[in-house]
Amino acid sequence: MTTQPLLAVYGLHTVFHSEEGAWPAVSGVDLSIQPGEIVGLVGESGSGKSVTGFSIFGLIDPPGEVIAGEVLFKGQNLRDLSEEQMRQLRGNRIAMIFQDPLMTLNPVLRIEEQMLEAIQTHTRVPRAQALKRCVEALEMVGIPSPEKRLRCYPHEFSGGMRQRVAIAIAMLNQPELIICDEPTTALDVTIQGQILYRMQEICRTHGTALVWITHDLGVIAELADQVAVMYAGKIVESGPVSQVLDAPAHPYTRGLLDSLPGAIQPGQRLQQISGMAPSLSNRPNGCAFQPRCSHALPQCATSEPERTTVDQRTYRCFAPLVALGPAA
Amino acid sequence: MSHSTPPVIELRNVHKRFVKKQDLIQRALQLAGKPPEPRTVHAVNGVSLAIAPGEVLGLVGESGCGKSTLGRVVSGLHRQTEGELLYQGTAVEQLNRMGKLAYTLGVQMVFQDPQASLNPRQRLHQILGEALQVHKLAPMGEIPARIDKALAEVGLAAEYRNRLPHQLSGGQRQRVGIARALMVSPKFLVCDEPVAALDVSIQAQVINLFMDLRAQHGLTYLFISHDLGVVRHISDRVGIMYLGKIVEIAATAEIFARANHPYTQALIAEVPNVTRRKRMFVPIVGEIPSPLNPPSGCTFHPRCPLAMTRCREEVPTLEAIAPGHWSACHLNHTSA
Repeated sequence: MTTQPLLAVYGLHTVFHSEEGAWPAVSGVDLSIQPGEIVGLVGESGSGKSVTGFSIFGLIDPPGEVIAGEVLFKGQNLRDLSEEQMRQLRGNRIAMIFQDPLMTLNPVLRIEEQMLEAIQTHTRVPRAQALKRCVEALEMVGIPSPEKRLRCYPHEFSGGMRQRVAIAIAMLNQPELIICDEPTTALDVTIQGQILYRMQEICRTHGTALVWITHDLGVIAELADQVAVMYAGKIVESGPVSQVLDAPAHPYTRGLLDSLPGAIQPGQRLQQISGMAPSLSNRPNGCAFQPRCSHALPQCATSEPERTTVDQRTYRCFAPLVALGPAA
Repeated sequence: MSHSTPPVIELRNVHKRFVKKQDLIQRALQLAGKPPEPRTVHAVNGVSLAIAPGEVLGLVGESGCGKSTLGRVVSGLHRQTEGELLYQGTAVEQLNRMGKLAYTLGVQMVFQDPQASLNPRQRLHQILGEALQVHKLAPMGEIPARIDKALAEVGLAAEYRNRLPHQLSGGQRQRVGIARALMVSPKFLVCDEPVAALDVSIQAQVINLFMDLRAQHGLTYLFISHDLGVVRHISDRVGIMYLGKIVEIAATAEIFARANHPYTQALIAEVPNVTRRKRMFVPIVGEIPSPLNPPSGCTFHPRCPLAMTRCREEVPTLEAIAPGHWSACHLNHTSA
């Protein structure tokens, strides 16, 4: 890749302070996103995928703290910016969509006020012109009769419609990057299909890059260009979607794919990963996945695998399942 | 499926309506001449089903389609407004005291959210032992052994007996929910979205547990889920619900190979699949309509790409289109 990435994250560490010390939620995440690219960030609960998204967006509040790393947006380190400068970026060049739109929309303000605010905080635009942009944004996400719907309150929308409003607000200033934290998890499959369709279209026409945080490998497979799999605060494997999902190098990625119903004939026992993910306070020594791993070597319990990079793919494993590149 | 044994559970034209009470303002407005608002939700609208011993029937639908209400009617948590519920061939209403007890114990429920369905202030041995004590199903001395056995069956160590629900992970809590249902040796489990709240790797463990328990105890399941992938894996037969009605029902392999109803086809197409890449999403339009004010005719017609005039006017009936394959769609009657 010759172009400068739109977003590059290096060595991101985020901890949560508690009485017993600092608990690592994200320990050394590297991520790179090209303009217009869709990157899927996959992991189970507690893997640190959402905390990574919040850290990029600068939304980590005490007791959480980003303690190390660089978040370079078009070459500029967001961690060096003041809160005031971050506010100018947020909702303007970078936007975020959350899982629950009821939490992000103000219940006592009409959609209109909330959308106008998003425009007018960043640019001085006459109200009539701003309203026109609001209507266009609602149209783009497929809300019927947008002029009328602008006058509605959040509770007058269904869950899927609310999520569309949230997407429309995120799109108002045509950001270059949207961080989506499980935006379709709470929705029915037909509604999820509609939202994915809109997001795909928006990315294609506006060249918006997406970080799509989810636990659903199926959505990633169908939507994303690149995928990064997180486990216990680290990206254990990343690369182009088809390469990673067709031939995973890390046993955890393999395990996730195998545990999906549909990986084998109906009625047979599913392949399961034994045990459960370690808690923040109790990360095992060596490779965090080693206690659950069926391919573990003696060294996995004592030392932590470094990141190996082969072409576009990376993995952290002493015993990768596939031999990548000519050297291996 | 022999004809000599009656189905464990049978529903005959079951309806469940919920009526919203009018508040003072609405009554005042109505007195002032405002037309009354619709107040009745027809959550289950004429469902007939039979579930044979040992069978797993998957019930799929989107939020608000009435699948959970139907599950609650089957388990006796709701009473149907109309129609009949039969347990092992006898209408539940006509059962005598003993028969009613056999039904109450024989049909158990596993809920979606074990956090909400387990009492946070009770330890596991209290949660699991309560039904045995209440129904005097085992002498007091035997209860601890029964609890340990149930814990072992769902893959939890006996040390857990003194834990409180919050000291467990989500997957472990769901195992407790299953163990609690099994304590009274039921014949039939209503599983209402039992794996929806679990992570993928944990979900696989719990699905395997459901399949093992079925094999060991000869259990029959009504497995309610919005996840077609899970349902396809675990069920023998699948019913698709839309707005209170079953629109299609068939053997699992049949329905996935030859889905008849446009809604079923759309649902199957929308399920994200790891084997597909960079799909062009072409979704079906619209959302499930409000059950307070359902559309006329076939309730799916506003979203259906193939809707005809007849679909707007006439309610299609569930008809056999192949042996064991039933579907409710007017398209099956057009000569095209």
